[in-house]
Amino acid sequence: MAELSALFHGFAVALSPLNVALMFLGILLGVVIGVLPGLGGANGIAILLPLTFSMPPTSAIIMLSCIYWGALFGGAITSVLFNIPGEPWSVATTFDGYPMAQQGRAGEALTGAFTSSFIGALFAVIIFTFLAPLVAGFALQFGPPEFFSVYLLTFCSFVGLGRGSPFKIVAAMMIGFALAAVGIDTVTGQLRLTFGFAEMMRGFDFLVAVIGLFGIGEILQSMEEGLAFQGKSAKINPRVVLETWAKLPRYWASSFRACLIGCAMGIVPGGATPASFMSYGVAKRVSRDGNKFGAGQLEGVVAPETAAHAAGTSALLPMLTLGVPGSPTAAVLLGGLLIWGLQPGPLLFVEQKDFVWGLIASMYLGNIAGLIVVLTCVPFFAAILRVPFSIIAPIIIVICSIGAYTVHNAMMDIWLMLLFGVVGYTFKKLDYPLAPLVLALVLGDRAEDSFRQSMLMSQGDVRIFFSNVLVGGITTLALVLLLWPLLVRVLPRTRQPQPG
Amino acid sequence: MSSFGHARRALLLAAAALVGLPTAALGWEPTKPVEFVVPAGTGGGADQMSRLVQGIVQKHNLMKQPLIVVNKSGGAGAEGFLHIKEAKNDPHKIIITLSNLFTTPLATGVPFNWKDLTPVAMLALDQFVLWVNAESPYKSAKDYISAVKAAGPNKFKMGGTGSKQEDQIITVALEKATGTKFTYIPFKGGGTVAVQLVGKHIDSSVNNPIEGVAHWRGGKLRPLCVFDSERMAYKDKIAGDMAWHDIPSCKEAGVPVDYVMLRGIFTSPGVSRDAVDYYLGVFKKVRETPEWKKFMTDGAYNTTFMSGAEFVKWLEQAEATHRTLMQEAGFLAKK
Amino acid sequence: MSDGVQSERGLSTRTVEIVVAATVFMLGAVVVFDSFRLGARWASDGPEAGYFPFYIGVIICGCAAMVLLHAIVGKHAGPPVFVAWGALKRVMQVLVPAAVYVLGIQVIGIYLAGAAYIAVFMYWLGRYSMLVAVLVGVSVMTFFFLMFEVWFKVPLYKGLLDPLGFLGY
Repeated sequence: MAELSALFHGFAVALSPLNVALMFLGILLGVVIGVLPGLGGANGIAILLPLTFSMPPTSAIIMLSCIYWGALFGGAITSVLFNIPGEPWSVATTFDGYPMAQQGRAGEALTGAFTSSFIGALFAVIIFTFLAPLVAGFALQFGPPEFFSVYLLTFCSFVGLGRGSPFKIVAAMMIGFALAAVGIDTVTGQLRLTFGFAEMMRGFDFLVAVIGLFGIGEILQSMEEGLAFQGKSAKINPRVVLETWAKLPRYWASSFRACLIGCAMGIVPGGATPASFMSYGVAKRVSRDGNKFGAGQLEGVVAPETAAHAAGTSALLPMLTLGVPGSPTAAVLLGGLLIWGLQPGPLLFVEQKDFVWGLIASMYLGNIAGLIVVLTCVPFFAAILRVPFSIIAPIIIVICSIGAYTVHNAMMDIWLMLLFGVVGYTFKKLDYPLAPLVLALVLGDRAEDSFRQSMLMSQGDVRIFFSNVLVGGITTLALVLLLWPLLVRVLPRTRQPQPG
Repeated sequence: MSSFGHARRALLLAAAALVGLPTAALGWEPTKPVEFVVPAGTGGGADQMSRLVQGIVQKHNLMKQPLIVVNKSGGAGAEGFLHIKEAKNDPHKIIITLSNLFTTPLATGVPFNWKDLTPVAMLALDQFVLWVNAESPYKSAKDYISAVKAAGPNKFKMGGTGSKQEDQIITVALEKATGTKFTYIPFKGGGTVAVQLVGKHIDSSVNNPIEGVAHWRGGKLRPLCVFDSERMAYKDKIAGDMAWHDIPSCKEAGVPVDYVMLRGIFTSPGVSRDAVDYYLGVFKKVRETPEWKKFMTDGAYNTTFMSGAEFVKWLEQAEATHRTLMQEAGFLAKK
Repeated sequence: MSDGVQSERGLSTRTVEIVVAATVFMLGAVVVFDSFRLGARWASDGPEAGYFPFYIGVIICGCAAMVLLHAIVGKHAGPPVFVAWGALKRVMQVLVPAAVYVLGIQVIGIYLAGAAYIAVFMYWLGRYSMLVAVLVGVSVMTFFFLMFEVWFKVPLYKGLLDPLGFLGY
């Protein structure tokens, strides 16, 4: 096959000693960037972009894309260990990853997260290799109404997950929407909810909120319970990797679903963050152990991580074939392509074979390199939990404040982080769920933009969301998921537990 | 600083340039890293250009201190401009501008004006092209406009970046000039707009050349005219046997609208003449590099360079144009 | 989490519930107010800028009112004590220094404030010797300084006074 020979040629390009060295360097840098909340893949790559300027484009993209893989891997580490998502798409990983670490299963959670990330990425790269042109055509089908239906689907697959007062769940979600609305309104260009304060114009960043709500909130809670992280006694077993691998095959169904969700969301491009939330929500609904999610289920780590990495990888496809980035990080890489004088678009695959196939080959190799690097470090990462609380807590707070600052280079964001910390602590204790708040904050303005763009297109006719098979299908699926709890009640025999 | 000292410095600079001495050894020089503010998000046109400049400066060793790109995109760029405005007398901060230098204060009422900053230089001017899908039957701007006219108001969808910014201003100017009415749909980035046009979710766009070129070459989009009084200068074949120069100007296509977007450099208010001259020198050298020239060709930029009084005059004119256009369109912030 | 301390005296859950609900209600009201200013109607071309925020604000107010009502008249299911005084003191031991630290960032920048914060935290709460505490604080922040300012070239906040300005970053 033409793809295979091109791919092998790509391997030959990617496997030069310089490129392999850059690959490992990129992975290491990426992990560091991913671990530091706030710095993030997009910022990290943007910062390092000018450094690659004097390299050949192929080597440069290999190093930068490896930073990207590294950041994808690295985001999971702080989520599991400290409940602080290093990247937006790692938020869903905290839901089960952090409880696992508290139960002394940090090594297992990390291994699960890294391995699933790798599987998700591998799946996406294989799609990438053989179906690139086909898949690029799929992305073109998505206009504003289709995007809105995808966001709706994400919400619908995730709501109904919380227990407790419905008023508190709705209030938390609406607060998320309200925070998302602060700043400039894309559709009218008006400033909303800023009350004339310059500091409010940049709006509330998702990462600042998450660092505060989860990270600082968790430290306050640990303090209340006495000076200790509960996972402190974590036994560190070098064989944890193999033991976890033995458990993973039983989650193949969740993993496969997550791959599909991730790829679709990456290509569309909806992004890795909604993909991880959606995958977690779907896994919780479908899994036999769904009711145990949130209390430290390995499957609850597998589902979001697989989807996030599949989405993160496939987000590069629309960037290369259409010039439209599937994620903020891809947007920066896109800028890099233009700076190196490469024009992304349909012709890139024809005119720049070396570059494209070198990149694709580096996706395979980079992910393998990444997996090796991070898995070797699992015992080391898990050992961080042994550092006494009174040393690690102030360092975490310092890292959080650096993270909050680097998101927008704004001092104000550090204060906000602290405020969100108090809010997170109080809300958690009063049973206001944080997950819907965070999801609404990350997707709120995008959902609203696409809804209002659709309304502009249809001159205010809501039927646009059923105007063709694609958008109608997704909208219907979303509504079915929303009403799923009711359907289950009406048809009680549809979900019999399977024997064994 | 006496004018004599000034002239002597210029002479010395020229002499140093001739013999290849590092000119930065004279006059003001940055003593710490210089913050290069981008009043837009990562990945956009201004961001790309500033990171290219950062890379060029580093590769060719044009400055002794590094240039550090910082994005401050809040409030349609207002955040970045206010940041520079507040940093009085700090020569270690420069900012790259796009049209939001004029549009943001007018549309949102945020208190700043380009006069609050110190102008350094115009780096280039970005062009705008009227694009349609290549499968659409419209071969010329005239075809398309008469189809829009025939269909009646709000039947054709024009996509663009942001609201009350350059793309929508052009759309309104186009409507005024031709007596048509589009439904304007704002998106977050120019790349997205181009893809929406390829996917036929909108009928036309006013993308910059660099945003549309890949799809043009791929046979997905068709340029109808460039919003300028004359054609673009680039004569190399880009898409098939077409060059940028082969796209008619909107004026000659019977659609008298012209609009260009400033890519300029400013620094904070109250900065000394020496510092401005230093940056002017750096950017003059940047413009001489092959990387910059290639970037200009790829994006079909208008490479006009201006500084000093000439630049200020241009800015005054551009501000007046924006005010008029936005007033006519009803985009000015309510007081 | 607070099963063992139920009998202990502390901040009552009801009080916190009422304060939080009232705050959330005010937040909602602010959102409603500003959205109304922007225009919250469904115009001919779809919703105006304030349309969604308006209803979001209304829903926030509604939910907060229900929670408030519940907290005032309803029976409360959870633990009556939100946080015991002793535990609250421990929380404040972190929160207050953290606020002082953030204030410190504002004045003397992230590096000095960070080193001081780590050192004080370790000395005060961790009972480490002053020497160890200062050593850890300074070395952690030196590492961050090298990483951000020197290697990655990401300028962090240096504070209004910029005491490290002599380093030239």
